[in-house]
Amino acid sequence: MKKYKSLRLYNEKVSFLLYPRAGMIFAIMAVLTLSIIVASTGIGEMYIAPIQVLQVFLGQGSDLDTLVITDLRLPRILTALFVGMSLAVAGAILQGMIRNPLASPDIIGLTGGASVAVVTFLTIFSDENYSLTVSINWMPVAAFTGAAVAAIMVYVLSWKKGVSTIRLVLIGIGITALMKALTTFMILVGPIYRASQVNLWITGSVSAASWQNVLILAPWSLAFIFFAFIYSRNINVQELGEEVAVGLGSNVQKQRMVMLAISTALVGCAVAFAGGIGFVGLMAPHMARRLVGSNFGALLPISALIGAILVLVSDLIGRTLFSPLEIPAGVFTACIGAPYFIYLLLKTKTS
Amino acid sequence: MLLKTTKQKWLGMIAGILLTVAAICMSIVYGYTNTTWSMAMDSFIHFNGSNEHIVLQTVRLPRALIAATVGASLAIAGVIMQTLTKNPLASPDILGINAGAGFAIVLFVTFFGMSDLQHFTVVSIAGAAISALCVYVISMNGRDGLTPMKITLAGAAMAALFSSLTQGILVTNEAAFEQVLFWLAGSVAGRKMEILTSVLPYIIIGIVLSMMFSSKMNVLATGEDVAKGLGLKTGRLKLIMGLTVILLAGGAVAIAGPIGFIGMVIPHIARYCIGNDHRWLIPFSGLLGSIVLIAADILSRYILMPREIPVGVMTAIIGTPLFIYIARKGFGGNEKI
Repeated sequence: MKKYKSLRLYNEKVSFLLYPRAGMIFAIMAVLTLSIIVASTGIGEMYIAPIQVLQVFLGQGSDLDTLVITDLRLPRILTALFVGMSLAVAGAILQGMIRNPLASPDIIGLTGGASVAVVTFLTIFSDENYSLTVSINWMPVAAFTGAAVAAIMVYVLSWKKGVSTIRLVLIGIGITALMKALTTFMILVGPIYRASQVNLWITGSVSAASWQNVLILAPWSLAFIFFAFIYSRNINVQELGEEVAVGLGSNVQKQRMVMLAISTALVGCAVAFAGGIGFVGLMAPHMARRLVGSNFGALLPISALIGAILVLVSDLIGRTLFSPLEIPAGVFTACIGAPYFIYLLLKTKTS
Repeated sequence: MLLKTTKQKWLGMIAGILLTVAAICMSIVYGYTNTTWSMAMDSFIHFNGSNEHIVLQTVRLPRALIAATVGASLAIAGVIMQTLTKNPLASPDILGINAGAGFAIVLFVTFFGMSDLQHFTVVSIAGAAISALCVYVISMNGRDGLTPMKITLAGAAMAALFSSLTQGILVTNEAAFEQVLFWLAGSVAGRKMEILTSVLPYIIIGIVLSMMFSSKMNVLATGEDVAKGLGLKTGRLKLIMGLTVILLAGGAVAIAGPIGFIGMVIPHIARYCIGNDHRWLIPFSGLLGSIVLIAADILSRYILMPREIPVGVMTAIIGTPLFIYIARKGFGGNEKI
């Protein structure tokens, strides 16, 4: 049996390949994600049975359950969902573009750039009354700008008759260190009451989520993930290498810019609302590749779901395991992610 | 190499020593509280208990000496690490050693209420040792053995892991957070003389060890095989070098927190000035490290007067361009990396 099935419509004006196995896996992962959402919504200081959670989702729960779920838990869980998806897709695109399994938004400095921008934003626009002088809606814009500046810096600085992947990663490490220093600097010059708030945010946590955040985050991330999905055929070509891509008629430089822009936008909106949750963009695409191979049409949706699961589970563990203390989700993703990074490092040939 | 003959090198060393002393003096005199050179002299000769004299003696003097010590230890640790790993980007901060020491300190401050300075040092050195060991063991394994690239990436991963754990602890403990925030940024301000005296023995042992084995490091730098052929016990030498790095970097972090880039940048500047001979390179790097860190510290007082920037931020801003330059140049002409 062939791996792919082709589908041609309207006299072959529209055609695409179907990949049944990926569809199956996607369905399984989607069900898994949904059940984690339901379970995670139920678990907390007040336990709500899954069946009751479902009733609330369908608008038939008791008043108390509805209050706890819609007002308190759901914003947080949805934020975790979208943040995980965005980071994972951004990571998958970067890995495809840079053709390096070690590339991920946090390692090449995108997260760092976004962090500096957000901390600067909070520092500059907060008045004596602990409140912001401009709308919080501008925060994703700031984060995006920061991520974009970092991305451009890393890309330009690693350019030397083309971009070597290892150089890109090294320069990324350097830029990340610089961004970390700048973040610390902004925390220290900023108002002191912001310091611990900012610290929580840098570690990466979805605990501060509200519906207002979700309503900004969801459209951004869904739109760009969709765009990435549409664009995935170009990423497939890029992954064959620059020469092949040019030979196949791709406008490589332009496509790279678009891909970098998509992943910057995704990282920007994720970082704006959840801070620097590390290593998700690194791990999720690898796990997805194990499941469905490296065709981006299949890889992107699966990575997105795996990313969502990673962040959801990390947040669930973080808020329940050491209750009443809350550990930021970013700590758990780093605890799984750093060893995974090392494993990849040992497996890949470096030269 | 700027200084070619032995005579020039001696002159360079003497200039370095004079500059270090001058930098220490400037660090004592210039700052937010208005003080003059004659006032500084007076405070040493006949201390009269005035506000300025107290500032000079209890704030500025320790600060200048601490900056000198930390700068020297980080720079020497950097030289040894770069020789040990054959990696021009190696330094205590890039390879995650600072992050490990920082994590150990935060862990003990929050969970065991550690406040004794002596313990601070020991814990910091232990943290440095553990993370150094992790990075080394990780990069030894895998397909092509210990490559410069792999050790850098393993270090970056460990650094990310440790700093994330540190952040996690701090988020759950706000009191400790405010206590260690300034320390975590890397700063030489607000430390007392006692912390310097409690760490100094370890650092002195580190510096003496590095000087004692400097000629053997020259042999190791020619390559592992050559060194073995010449009858050098490379395993033992590497162990001693690792120990020296841990003493120096761990000690420096215990005093000042993780200050980045000094350990990576200074050895390169020193090598450019005085060449690759470790017998010269190590002391010269030490002096240069002191001078640069003191200068960065003085600068950090003036940029946002009356507030201060942690010197770790200053060194990162100065050091990143050089890091990028070296990363672009590649590892020792090996363009493939």
